[in-house]
Amino acid sequence: MRRTAAGLWFVAPALIVLAAFFFIPVLAALAMSLTDFDLYALDDLANLRFIGLANYWQLLHDALFWKTLGNTFYFVVLGVPLSIGASLAAALLVNSKVARFRNVFRTIYFAPVVTTLVAVAVVWRYIFHTRYGFLNYGLGFFGIHPIDWMGNPHWAMPAIVVMAVWKNFGYNMIILLAALQSIPDDLYEAARIDGASYWQQFRHVTLPSLQPVLMLVSILTMAGYFQLFAEPYVMTEGGPLESTKSVLFYMYDEGFKWWSLGRASAVAFILFVIIFCVTLVQLRLGRREAAA
Amino acid sequence: MKRSTILVNTALVVGAIMVLFPLVWMVSVSFMPRGVASTYPPPFLPPEPTLDNYRELFTRHAAGRYMLNSTIVAALATAIAVVLNTMAGYAFAKLRFVGRERVFQLLLGALVIPGQVTMIPLFAIVKSLGLVSTYGGVIIPTMASVFGIFLVRQYALSLPDELLEAARIDGASEWRIFRSVVVPLLKPILITLGILTFLATWNDFMWPLIVLTEQKLHTLPVALAGLSREHVQDNELMMAGAVITIVPVLVLFLALQRYYIAGILAGSVKG
Repeated sequence: MRRTAAGLWFVAPALIVLAAFFFIPVLAALAMSLTDFDLYALDDLANLRFIGLANYWQLLHDALFWKTLGNTFYFVVLGVPLSIGASLAAALLVNSKVARFRNVFRTIYFAPVVTTLVAVAVVWRYIFHTRYGFLNYGLGFFGIHPIDWMGNPHWAMPAIVVMAVWKNFGYNMIILLAALQSIPDDLYEAARIDGASYWQQFRHVTLPSLQPVLMLVSILTMAGYFQLFAEPYVMTEGGPLESTKSVLFYMYDEGFKWWSLGRASAVAFILFVIIFCVTLVQLRLGRREAAA
Repeated sequence: MKRSTILVNTALVVGAIMVLFPLVWMVSVSFMPRGVASTYPPPFLPPEPTLDNYRELFTRHAAGRYMLNSTIVAALATAIAVVLNTMAGYAFAKLRFVGRERVFQLLLGALVIPGQVTMIPLFAIVKSLGLVSTYGGVIIPTMASVFGIFLVRQYALSLPDELLEAARIDGASEWRIFRSVVVPLLKPILITLGILTFLATWNDFMWPLIVLTEQKLHTLPVALAGLSREHVQDNELMMAGAVITIVPVLVLFLALQRYYIAGILAGSVKG
């Protein structure tokens, strides 16, 4: 009996905090998205009105919301494969038997992950500077004319993708590295005996063995990339021509610039549902592939 | 040397240069006198290194204050998170209580919910508690985490039951067992949890941006974001600001790298 009581005492503080500041807010977000919660309601809840699905209805008719949704998908569709590709390439290189100083390279490649996003966004904004940035200087050697990375609506989002890949690839590299090291050597041995080339070994031994882990990291990366915010906030302020404004940026503006907290909650919920659905689709595709 | 050896190692070096370049350039430019970084071609090393940018940050832009804010917020959040998550994680692994499995399943299920969904109601809650623009308000979402509880639980599962039983037979209270037997054994995972929480809080941006409306309470990332909007052209000053924001966490990571990586690998198993 005493142990029952003790267990509850041990979990109570954490569970109370999670309930008050996580679970209740999640439910409250759903409830708030059905109201016209604004600055007046923030002062006095008596000013709150239930408006049903009006927030969602308005969002569906707001061109800017659709634009931010499109921008976010663009960032995810471009950024996730590039990030995972970079992670996989780095993991294969670091894991290579002929590689020297593997731990040093592993640490270097991982370093951007722990850096502060806002600070590196400031640094990259400078690297992307049209006149004084190092990127355009470097591209000049290849005869490429200076590109207005942050000021051209076609280039701003790809530029942010480049920075995101640089910042994040080390994280998945670590996970993929662990997975690579757990592939039994016998498999490669057997493939070599069968006369398989490096490419065939990669294609028929490495990739299938990594499949579940690749699945996991792409879901985690995808969920993270849907939450794009600080990069455009710092580097482009959502511009030019709203071409880098993300859904979360839109939510931030609705909620904390215009104080339409009800509408902002609806945005947050739509984003959550999208992430959830895309995760389910990925899981299903992954299972089918694994079964095939 | 074989061709593949040269190829692989060259690729590794090129990759390392590409990864390190932005950070090295950041440091280099932060020591350049005003205006030097806005010339063509971009200088790689400062012609006459100077500390002026750092001096200006600390004297005119209150960087010391922001650094203190960041340190207090991250330290406070880490201390609370480590205590709460450790207690809960240990209990979920080793103590029996009503609904243990069901609650744990519920917590795991909640991992799919992105934190941003809670942000708007959380702001309303923080406001009603009078915690807008306080250290307390910033640390609220970090104080306990499902991930932290999970991390500790996985580790605590491996503690030998005989040890705990023996302590009970000796008449030790559950709290005493936790303090003197369990916590020392959990030390590696506590360091992991601590560094993960500290870095996440230090680097966090959106929530502090929302909740810290008063400038003197800004953390480094929030202050830097504001400063970089006002001083778009002052590249040297901005790079110095980036350096003082990044270097503390980078040093901490290098010192405790092993624990940090262990946390990531433990976390990736959850899926």
